[in-house]
Amino acid sequence: MNAILEGFRGFARYFGSVMGADAYRKYLEHHTASGHKGAPMSEREFWRDHTDRQDSNPQGRCC
Amino acid sequence: MGKMPDGKARTALDDDVLVPDPKLPPTSVDEVALEAEERKWTPTKIAIWAAIALLGGVAWFMLAIVRGETVNAIWFVFASVCTYLIGYRFYSKVIERYITRPNDRRATPAEYKADGKDYVRTDRNVLFGHHFAAIAGAGPLVGPVIAAQMGYLPGTIWIIIGVVLAGAVQDYLVLFFSMRRGGRSLGQMAREELGVIGGTAALVATLLIMVIIVAILALVVVNALAESPWGVFSVGMTIPIALFMGVYLRFLRPGKVLEVSLIGFVLLMAAIIGGGAVAGTEWGAAFFQLDKVTIAWGLIVYGFIAAILPVWLLLAPRDYLSTFMKIGVIVMLALAIIVVRPEITVPAFSEFASRENGPVFPGALFPFLFVTIACGALSGFHALISSGTTPKLIEKERQTRLIGYGGMLMESFVAIMALVAAISIDRGLYFAMNSPAALTGGTVETAATWVNSLGLAGVNITPDLLSETAANVGEESIVSRTGGAPTLAVGLAHIMQQFIGGTAMMAFWYHFAIMFEALFILTAVDAGTRVARFMLQDSIGNFIPKFKEHSWRPGAWLCTAVMVGAWGAVLLMGVTDPLGGINTLFPLFGIANQLLAAIALSVCMAIAAKRASFKYLWIVALPLAFAAVVTITASFQKIFSPVPAVGYFANNAVFSKALADGKTEFGTAKTVAAMEAVVRNTMIQGWLSVIFVVLSIIVIITGVVATVKAFRNEAAGVGHDDHEDPAVPSRGYAPAGLIPTAAERELMAEWNKLPAELRLERPGHH
Repeated sequence: MNAILEGFRGFARYFGSVMGADAYRKYLEHHTASGHKGAPMSEREFWRDHTDRQDSNPQGRCC
Repeated sequence: MGKMPDGKARTALDDDVLVPDPKLPPTSVDEVALEAEERKWTPTKIAIWAAIALLGGVAWFMLAIVRGETVNAIWFVFASVCTYLIGYRFYSKVIERYITRPNDRRATPAEYKADGKDYVRTDRNVLFGHHFAAIAGAGPLVGPVIAAQMGYLPGTIWIIIGVVLAGAVQDYLVLFFSMRRGGRSLGQMAREELGVIGGTAALVATLLIMVIIVAILALVVVNALAESPWGVFSVGMTIPIALFMGVYLRFLRPGKVLEVSLIGFVLLMAAIIGGGAVAGTEWGAAFFQLDKVTIAWGLIVYGFIAAILPVWLLLAPRDYLSTFMKIGVIVMLALAIIVVRPEITVPAFSEFASRENGPVFPGALFPFLFVTIACGALSGFHALISSGTTPKLIEKERQTRLIGYGGMLMESFVAIMALVAAISIDRGLYFAMNSPAALTGGTVETAATWVNSLGLAGVNITPDLLSETAANVGEESIVSRTGGAPTLAVGLAHIMQQFIGGTAMMAFWYHFAIMFEALFILTAVDAGTRVARFMLQDSIGNFIPKFKEHSWRPGAWLCTAVMVGAWGAVLLMGVTDPLGGINTLFPLFGIANQLLAAIALSVCMAIAAKRASFKYLWIVALPLAFAAVVTITASFQKIFSPVPAVGYFANNAVFSKALADGKTEFGTAKTVAAMEAVVRNTMIQGWLSVIFVVLSIIVIITGVVATVKAFRNEAAGVGHDDHEDPAVPSRGYAPAGLIPTAAERELMAEWNKLPAELRLERPGHH
């Protein structure tokens, strides 16, 4: 049972990463690791910035 | 690992600059160990590959040689998967060894440009899914369906062999070369490698090609939704659902992507089920029953608004929904085909394989089959993705083979499944659905009579079957629902109802299929309009600098309006075309897409030549030559063919003459206005073909010139600028393929022992 649950969790985590759900966590990791001085953006600020940057930097989607 | 043909160690050139940090374990598997591992053929390994080769061989034999009454769909799965495995394991390694020559001791842009936002080292398996979701859309679902006119075998061979030797090669090379250049775009690489003329021609061609591609994708949606209140309602509901998701992510629960996608998915299912109920009511049927022209105008207005709205409100949430559906649907389709294993009655080569007057698309097998199936075999559009987001996310250089080459193999598999779904339906039904109304007459009786008059072996369709199928899938009529999407939806519903739900569920599955195809296409239309708008703004900005400011509203709106106007005009032309729309325009779509591939491959060939890979340059030259011959031949036939059904100008002349003779109806055009429309449309389509082919020939010539120049320079011992970013030593390690090898696992263990402060932040622990 635990193995099934774990497997399901792993799949959900993978699926989430493919969709980009872990972008904020990665940003925080980068922020910590690169030793920036200022405080990192809050989650809300990060996602706002994330989509606003796409406004001026569109990503293609294929046919 | 390995030596170059000229005897140089493959990474010797970078060795002096790549000084590793002595505190860190090696950042690359020892080349000798890697070589030994690859060269060592244990009995198990031999047995596995022999089994794969044998199974693949048997499957191809069943598809291509055995001529029974029927062939089981499972052979398509085996033939494709075994060929992909062999192509991936053997051919892509040849490319890796002699052309790309990745060096894991070099940092990737995601490492040396890391910013936590655009440049982020991403786990290879996650990036594989991410890249696949970006390249796969409605294209591989539509082209193979239309190409099924010729029988199943030509399409199957082209999809499977084409991807191994052409499509996946292009995607892999563009991804790798763009990664070496910090994630530069195809347009920038073209300017650097091919000079001003080649670069400008590539840019203009790309822009025009995007307009055509967006227009024809939109045409597919219009054809799928016309006269279908159920479809219009459920697809229309995706807009409020996406808006809700956008607001939810922005204000209520930022960053909860998976959660909001699940909510969106549930709402989407409700919209499909609700669509059936709404279409069943009198007011619903009256309100949502729209003709093609109305839907086309709706789509144009929508396209403009969607492209100027902020990304967070509509595009981003719909993109999540589309990705979610994409992966789910494809897994579901694969499972259903493997479980149901439908029997295929379509012949390997149909009567139309040797003729050039097929009703679904005109022209002979060569070259038109190869342009009808673009996505899934060789798609130039992928070059724009492979030189966009993906190269900025790669963790290690050697992973580009899995992501670039492997990702495209996956798309090819999607195309094969779409083909299987489309040919699992009755052949008479297929032709009744995919031939233009001008031929079928539009009613079940006329359509059945017309299809039976074609004299196709084993085809005897009754009007009852046509009306019964329409009733089963919850549509008023399925006659002349061209564009591929409705046929695929019927095929999918036919397979899925055997898997889950029975006939009662067919209408649901049909509209589910229409919904996800429309969702993919609307996302591509949106994103395509935006990308094209920025390209236009940058180009105009070279003359009027103000246009380069992306936040300058009037400029953004004007350029958006120009782009939407351009594809909108082509869309309206297709929708109102008395000759049928899809059959006249779809060849242009394929030609445009593959000309883009020829452009991308020209750039790749010039780069590979500068890297002195002359002996193995045929790996790039082969697909380039094929794409060039196919598209240029197809374009020339479209321009010069004297057969009116094939040549745009020949058709134009015939209709002009009829008008001059004072005829009031001619062929399938029943009024003078319709005849004038044909004259206008064929003229535009003809000139578009001329412009495309001229631009592409310019790019290909400049590519060949750059290649020859590189060859001369090399012979004379003159160095040249490779335009790569400077090599920076990497400070991390990750395995290259799906499953780490023994040597890779050993090295990973070494890295895992490293104290945390010395390690790079890890991209996601799984």
